[in-house]
Amino acid sequence: MQDAILENADRDLEVVAFRVAGQDFCFDLASVREIRGWTSTTALPHAQPFVKGVINLRGSVVPVIDLSQRLGFGAADPGARHVIIIAVVANQTVGLLAEVVSDILTVSEADLQPIPEIVDETVRQFISGVLIQDDKMIRRLELGMILDQEGKHAA
Amino acid sequence: MSGKEDFRSSFFEECEELLEQTQDGLDAMADDPHDVEAVNGVFRAVHSIKGGAGAFGLEAVIDFSHKFETAMDAIRSGNVDLTDDMLDLFRMCGDNLSDLVTMARAGRNNPTAASAELEERLLEITGDMQEEEVPDFNPVTLDLGLDAGLDGETETETETETGQGLLVYTVRFQPRAELFAAGNEPAPLFRALTRLGETEVAADISDLPALSDLDAMSCRISWLIRVTTDGGEAEIEDVFEFVEDCCELTIDSSIDVSGDLRFPDDGDLRDHGPDGVNIDGAGPAVLDMPGLGDLLPDLCGGAEGFGSPQGNKNEAGEARASADQSGADRKSAVAAAPAKQAAKTTKSSSTIRVDLDRIDKLINLVGELVIKEAMLSQSVGELDIARGSGVSAALDSVKQIANEIQEGVMAIRAQPVKPMFQRMARIVREASTATGKKVRFVTIGDYTEVDKTVIERLVDPLTHMIRNAIDHGLESPKDRKAVGKPAEGTVTLSAAHRSGRVLIDVVDDGGGINREVVRKLAVQRGLIQDTDQLSPSEIDHLLFMPGFSSKTEVSELSGRGVGLDVVRSAIHKLGGRVAIQSNPGEGATFSISLPLTLAVLEGMVVQVGGETMVVPISSVQETIRPTAEDLDRLGVDSLVLRNRGELVPVVDLGAFFGFRSAPDTLEDHVLLLIAADQGPRYALVVDAIQDQRQVVIKSLETNYQQISGVAAATILGDGRIALIIDADTVMRDLGSGGPGETSMKMAV
Repeated sequence: MQDAILENADRDLEVVAFRVAGQDFCFDLASVREIRGWTSTTALPHAQPFVKGVINLRGSVVPVIDLSQRLGFGAADPGARHVIIIAVVANQTVGLLAEVVSDILTVSEADLQPIPEIVDETVRQFISGVLIQDDKMIRRLELGMILDQEGKHAA
Repeated sequence: MSGKEDFRSSFFEECEELLEQTQDGLDAMADDPHDVEAVNGVFRAVHSIKGGAGAFGLEAVIDFSHKFETAMDAIRSGNVDLTDDMLDLFRMCGDNLSDLVTMARAGRNNPTAASAELEERLLEITGDMQEEEVPDFNPVTLDLGLDAGLDGETETETETETGQGLLVYTVRFQPRAELFAAGNEPAPLFRALTRLGETEVAADISDLPALSDLDAMSCRISWLIRVTTDGGEAEIEDVFEFVEDCCELTIDSSIDVSGDLRFPDDGDLRDHGPDGVNIDGAGPAVLDMPGLGDLLPDLCGGAEGFGSPQGNKNEAGEARASADQSGADRKSAVAAAPAKQAAKTTKSSSTIRVDLDRIDKLINLVGELVIKEAMLSQSVGELDIARGSGVSAALDSVKQIANEIQEGVMAIRAQPVKPMFQRMARIVREASTATGKKVRFVTIGDYTEVDKTVIERLVDPLTHMIRNAIDHGLESPKDRKAVGKPAEGTVTLSAAHRSGRVLIDVVDDGGGINREVVRKLAVQRGLIQDTDQLSPSEIDHLLFMPGFSSKTEVSELSGRGVGLDVVRSAIHKLGGRVAIQSNPGEGATFSISLPLTLAVLEGMVVQVGGETMVVPISSVQETIRPTAEDLDRLGVDSLVLRNRGELVPVVDLGAFFGFRSAPDTLEDHVLLLIAADQGPRYALVVDAIQDQRQVVIKSLETNYQQISGVAAATILGDGRIALIIDADTVMRDLGSGGPGETSMKMAV
């Protein structure tokens, strides 16, 4: 049975799609734990600008990352409509600040297209591919890079 | 596969307990060399380790524990008298066994460097015994060194003489190959039986194939053992406890037995003639194998066991029942097996092994409950409900229960310090050997319970302190004699609970701290000025200064370029304090005071630049509302506070964390005077003090990373997160700055 799945090159992929700074992004639904409304964060000293602060997620201290700032669109001004996508990446729980969650999509792996060569480094390190859905282009985020606290990969 | 891994990890957990038992037993043996129970305890523990190791093929552990066990057996059987040297050797063996187990756990299955030497010394003790232990392949009779003259007649006499109390049990024992694979051997079992009473052993070699057909890995020999004992059947079963799963065992009893121990004349069991076997060997119990089956029904009472070599459990059970009826006043062996079972169950239900994660999850949830309760109280308070109404009374009791649950859950994490103290005993032995100083190690309060994590993190600092006490504290035996002290020094490690904290003291009866030397060294290393006036206690505490090492030559043992400052910072990380008290000529006491748990902390909730933060109460010396006269400006940005004739640098917390720039005036602000454990005291500027309360500590590192100046986070009554300030790192950051920066400008 497992073989059958492996052989299926057209593997279905579930992604959560959301909007940051007016653009559409997505990442694997498997990483998502929950989606919460915006709650104000507690600021962290000496943190990188894209770390909005920490929130209390049922007793755990969870950092919130401003995706807009992280992707270079400038700091978001979060309000009641913003959402925090709680995701687990590399055994750490993080909150990702987005404007709105638009959809949960089931796409085929084959629909994923590599990003064009011409795009500059900053984009390439965060975006691993694009999906064309209807007439929208959805950028697939590389979460591991987003969370790289050291900024080692920042160009 | 994973099942085996489970077994493996539970074996190693069990090993820890068994090693602890070994240490306990050795301690008891040291107190009373004739304590048979203690010797037995050590033997059993080592034996169990060997048995378990056998199941996992841990050769190094098996080999060593076998030799260790044999030596313990020699002591236990009284063949060898216990001397102090042996006791030392056994302790070292215990340590080595512990090392071997640790290595095996890490997947390394080879002897330690010490193994060979220790094994050799063990062999010296057991020299003679060893030979018996490994009998030539002459499976007929075994001379177990029993009282000689155990022929049939004597046997009968003994019985008639002693009459009622004695019972004769006939044990049929057929080991399977697994028994040997697990590192067990029949001979020690038989020897154990001899301790129950007079014993005759006969081997049944009837099943032996011709040499050419012999499979070396299988055991075709079975044994018949007749034990005359006043103990119960259960005692006999106990002897076979470790091997019961890998042998066929039947135990029958009967009072009126006479005659020799014989095997059934069961010709078809043998495929070669009995004549080919020499059975009149050395054993006093002469066996007359062929043609004597008639005596057997008597021997085995019910006749079950013997007829079928594979006498199964059921048969054994029936045989047991028959034994019981005859068993006079013995506590109803009727239920021998069930009772034993029950005893095991009771024992195992008194403690349970729980995954630490589960407890931590519970602790988290209870922490949440306490927070939610606070939030609820706050909301109810805002509703303007009359005091004394049902709601607030109910809320109060919820609060009380929540607090009790919290305490109860925290208590689960508490563990006795005993295993750690035992590890320290080893450190003492090693240090004593390395320095050539005789040391008596005394522990007090072994059962004081402390948070598991605290215990774990105490090991390194305590190791250091104990080595220090022996290396630097205790004088050489010669010097001790010169001042009229016993040559053997004493190091005492004690633990106690006092007013919500744990106190751990390391006391030595050495020469105390030589303050002149300490002072001179401190001046040499530039830690103090030659002109500085220091109280004796202040001089003692110089030992904790970074970069101080009190021995002129760095010694092999405790001097490694790291000094007591490392100890102190480790203790600090645990929220503890460490202090020295020393009387010249009488020794020194290092006292550690620790919080009971790492999960909660008494904190001062403060407001800084719109953020709420928590400062641990333990680091706040006093709070001050500054007036203009108290403050002096030094340079452009630097501010100092005059406090008790001392100039204390002022640091703005908000600016330090980058939340705001330092305020122009400190009126309307509060200064927290932070007691400096490392470096000077300093005053922290905050906007207001909100509250003083217990806060639950939450890790920042789980999902984020460490932040300089922040120890951890907590959740406040409104559900928001507040950061807990690490007053020490703030100080360190300040200390590392130049003189011009030890103030508000320091704020990053």
